[in-house]
This record gives sequence, C-alpha cells and structure tokens, in this order.
Amino acid sequence: MALRAVFTKYNKGAALAAASATTAAFSLVNSQSSAKCEEETLHSPSYPWDHLGLLSSYDCAALRRGFQVYRQVCATCHSVERIHYRELVGVTHTTEELIEMASEVDVLDGPNDEGEMFERPGKLTDPLPSPYQNEEQGRMANGGALPPDLSLMVKARHAGQDYLFSILTGYMDPPAGKEMMPGLYYNPYFPGSAIAMPPPLQDDGVEYEDGTPATISQQARDVVQFLNWCAEPEADGRKKDALTYMVVLGITAVVTGYYKRFRWATLKTRAITYVK
Amino acid sequence: MSSFVIKTLRWGKNYLLSILDSHLIHYPSPLNLTYAWSFGSSAGICLVIQLLSGIFLAMHYTPHIDLAFSSVEHIMRDVNNGWLIRYIHANGASMFFIVVYCHIFRGLYYGSYMQPRQLLWCSGVLIFILMMGTAFMGYVLPWGQMSFWGATVITSLVTAVPVVGQSIVDWLWGGFTVNNATLNRFFSLHFFLPFIIAALTLIHLALLHKDGSNNPLGVDSTGDKIPFYPYYVIKDLFAFFCFLTFFGVFVFYFPNALGHPDNYIPADPMQTPAHIVPEWYFLPFYAVLRSIPDKLGGVAAMGGALIVLFLIPFTNTSEIRSTTFRPIFKIFYWLLVADFLLLGWIGQKPVKDVFVWVGQVATVFYFLFFVVLIPVIGIIEAKLVSYKTKRYVRDNKTYIKLSRIF
Repeated sequence: MALRAVFTKYNKGAALAAASATTAAFSLVNSQSSAKCEEETLHSPSYPWDHLGLLSSYDCAALRRGFQVYRQVCATCHSVERIHYRELVGVTHTTEELIEMASEVDVLDGPNDEGEMFERPGKLTDPLPSPYQNEEQGRMANGGALPPDLSLMVKARHAGQDYLFSILTGYMDPPAGKEMMPGLYYNPYFPGSAIAMPPPLQDDGVEYEDGTPATISQQARDVVQFLNWCAEPEADGRKKDALTYMVVLGITAVVTGYYKRFRWATLKTRAITYVK
Repeated sequence: MSSFVIKTLRWGKNYLLSILDSHLIHYPSPLNLTYAWSFGSSAGICLVIQLLSGIFLAMHYTPHIDLAFSSVEHIMRDVNNGWLIRYIHANGASMFFIVVYCHIFRGLYYGSYMQPRQLLWCSGVLIFILMMGTAFMGYVLPWGQMSFWGATVITSLVTAVPVVGQSIVDWLWGGFTVNNATLNRFFSLHFFLPFIIAALTLIHLALLHKDGSNNPLGVDSTGDKIPFYPYYVIKDLFAFFCFLTFFGVFVFYFPNALGHPDNYIPADPMQTPAHIVPEWYFLPFYAVLRSIPDKLGGVAAMGGALIVLFLIPFTNTSEIRSTTFRPIFKIFYWLLVADFLLLGWIGQKPVKDVFVWVGQVATVFYFLFFVVLIPVIGIIEAKLVSYKTKRYVRDNKTYIKLSRIF
C-alpha cells in the first residue's frame, strides 16, 4: 500500500518534477551569467509605438515627416534602394507631388539606339536615388565604413524600431576614461559603443510643412516610422487581412467544434450493459 | 452507360476508389483517441501547405547569389499577396516542426513505437530527419547573413570526417566555399525532397493502417472500432482549424518572431555575424553538437541524437504501451521533455560559462534516456508487477505485511 502511495505521489508529481528541474537549471544559469552579458552595450528601452498595435495602421502624417527627414538628412549617406517613388503614392505624397519630386532627379538610363548612356528626369517607377554610384564609392566617402541601405533596417535589427530610435537619440559624451578613436562617436546603444555615424539629427534640423516642432526625438520618431514602412509596406494591409482571417477562422472553428460534439454525441452518451 | 455510372458511384467497390473508402471513410479507428492523435493529420496538412506555398514561391524566386535576396524582396513587395505566400511558407516550417514534435512526443508517451508498430515509428523518424534537411536547405535560399553563415557552419561539420572530410565538403559545395553552385543545388534539393517526404508519408500511413492506430490506453482496440468518417474526420478538422488560428497569429501579426533579424541583411562572406544561431527547431540538436568539445565527437553526437530515435522500438523492454500505467517511466518521460526544452534553450546561448556544462548534463540525460532508462525501467516495472502479483496470489496476508514495510 505504501509503495503504491509513493508511486501515486510521484505520478502526480512527475510534471512537477520536470518543471522544477528545468526551473532550477534556468535560474542557476541566469544567476551566474546575468552580470557578464553584453558588456558596454545598452539595450534599447521599449517605446510605445502607435503603429505597432494589432489594429493600428501607420500614421501617414508621421510617414510624410519621416520621409522628409530621410530626404534632407539620412539620404546624404544612406540609400533606401528597395523603395520606388510609385510605392510612396498615397502613403506620403500624392501622385502629382511624387511625379514632380521624381523628375527633379537625373537618372542614368540607356544605352539608347546609338549605344550611348544618357541621363533623363526620374519617373515614378524609378527607385529612390542612392547617394553613391557603387559600394566602393560609398566606402571611399566614409572612411571605409559603408553606410548600410535602410530599406530593411527595422527588420534587420533586434527590436528594430526601439533600437533605431535609441541610436538616433543616444549620442552623448563618452564617460571619463573612455578614449574615442578619431572618426568614431560615443553611442551606448551601438554594439561596442563607438559608431562611425556622426550625430545626424539636430533640433530644428528640418522644417516640417505641418508646423510640428522638429525636435531631435520628434525627427527620430518620424524617420523610424518611415523606415518601418520601408521595411514592411504591407503591414497595414496585412493587419486588415488578419482581422478577416481571424473572424472567418474563429467562426469556422466554433462551427466545426459544435458539429464535432453533435456527431460524437451518440458515442459519448452510450451505455454498455453486461448481461449475465 | 448508366450501369457504368452506377458501378463507379459505388466507389467502395471500385478497385481504385476503394482505397479512399477503406483508408479515409470506413477505416476502423479506436473509439478513444484524444486530440493528441490529431497532430498526425495536422502534420500531413502542414506538408501540403508547405508544398503549395513553396511551388508558388518558386515561380518568383531566383536561385542566384546576386539575385536571391532581391528576388525574395520582390516577392515581399511586388508580387500580389507575395508577402502572404512567403510568410506562410517561412512560418509554416516552424508550425510543421511544432506539430511534428508534438506528434513524436505523443508517440513516445503512449508507446506507439512498441510491437507491432516498430517500422511505423522508424518511418516517422526517417521523415523527421528528411524534414530537418529540407528545412535547413530552405533557410539558405533567401541568402541573408544567417542563410550564408548557417550553411557555412553546418556544411563545414562534414570536414570532421577523417581523411576525406574536406573532399566531401568541396563536393557538397561544388567549389571551395559556399557559393552559387551551392545555392543552386540547395534550391533543387529543397524542391525535390518534399516529394520524397510525401512518398514516405504514404508509406507511414500504409504502415499505420496495417495494425491501426494505437490508443491512449495502449490496449487492443479491435473489439470496439468506429469508422474514420465522420468521427475522426470532423475531430481532426476541428483540431486543424484551432491550429490554423495559431498559425495565423504568427503569419499575420508576428511574421518575423520566429526568424532571425540578421537574415534581412544580404549575405556577406566578408563579415561574420556576432552570433550564428540556427532556426529554433534545430536548437536541441545544435546544443548536443556543441556540448562535445571535440569536433568529430560533436558531429557524431548530433548524428547519434537522431539515430538513437531509430533504436527505441528495439531497446524497449516494456510490454505496457501507455505511460499512464507506467509510474516510474512517467517521471523520466517528463524529465526528457524538460531536458529537450532545456537543450533547445542552451542551443541559442553562447558556448561559455555555465551554459557549457548545463548543456553537457542535458546531453548525457538525453542519451541516457534512450539507451539506458528505456530498457532498464521496462525491466524494473515488469519485475515489480510480477513480484506484486505472485505475492498476492501466494499469500494475501504476507503481501499486506510486505507492503507496509515499503
């Protein structure tokens, strides 16, 4: 009896035993390693982005301001080569505005019938212009470090939006005793804390059309939203489709679940009688 | 003509269509299968989802090192609903593995590998290994940083083979590094292997239907069977719709949660990422690999961790299938589940400090379970059962006395 009691106890405690073993191992490992992790790099705090909610969309005014910050500040060094003017239609600007904006850029095209390359005004179908003709020129202009393309930057970093916002607003004087190599700037959010990008944003560095005060954090917030759109232009449509999918699937699952109970009812309620 | 139509309509009698009837409609199933048995059919549907979404992706994808990354972005941005197809395929791989892991652990709990279903279990392990190969090659195709460096790290494991290792790797790569030829052949194989998996799935089904499904009690269910349709068709369908809702949460709301951000950086052979981490479903096996300080030993251990799954039906000594009736085994079964999760967590940690020996202890337990605990616990439980019954039969009073001592 006692033996059985021990077994029954262990039976019920089997999952408990497994769970506690794992928990013990996890807490042991964490207690020993937390002090050492990621020296010299700060994790970006979590910011409340309005557009990340499951039912929220991008704020087009913010995207328009962010695009302005990109064009007037970031575009000096960074490309967003995967975005075409046509994709911005109805997102940041109207078709007419964008046709005009594109035509201000000279695009190298060709060869023509005579085999010559030629320059023509940009069209809606052109990608946004890159600041460099090729990678080598980009490296040459920036002391060997190529400013990365920003099209996918939000998806290409852990906690992309928070990280980019932290980088843009995180410049500060290096702590006492920290020697900075020439051409590097102190930014605790960047891996290794030394970043080659000079502080890009200044208060009133741009003048917003809609009169929004252009503080550094306002510009950073806007440009990060714009870059988020560049990385995930499908996000608004995706969340809209998601709602349809979830509602339809939810109803289907409930109906199927009910039908399952209905079909199984006879089996579930049957009684077996043994006749001597 | 009319008699032909009528004969064909009686498809239970038709020599071709009766396959459907005897395997999907009137197929005799145990009465008491729980939802844990629905993972099998869900896994089958996952394979179909992966095949269909993959075929549509292949219509727009370009397997070339200069174009692959851009062609994936082309799918994401320019192809109608391309983002949907790609997110279904990318998250579908994870979903497939979630379902298959549940399916495997269900089989392990209820002793579905035991006589007479040994070959059924082995065919399943073979499918699992092929799935891992297919998933690995699929992850290389977008040609991001993790694709390239993952491919480099994993294919380089073969260099651990003595003498001919390097030659084999060069042959696998089609060059002296991971290059365009590698990407091309991985695309070709990634397209091809799923059809092998589909064929093996049919074999898996054929082997299942030879003896019929096991059941939660692990006893012979021949006395009380019910037809597959409507009972299990509708039950599996309900389970599948619930699973599809879970799937949809990832595809629509958190499409990149299961991937690695570095794979949105185009592959750069000149720049190694800070941490090279495989996809989550490989992590337990990756942890086994890294727990052994020797290269060849690590590769052998990782291979062994998969091969050992083939052995379970043959190392098993228990005649009781369901763990519900095996109190000692039940403790160690749940410890194995915990151990597997622990290995998965260790697999994505850097190889240093305490992670090393926790990984090593977890690896030892993993092998211990399959090689030692499965046979030994089976014997112990059998002894205890026979001891108890013999005593009880011989002298009921002595038994009660003895049990008090325990």
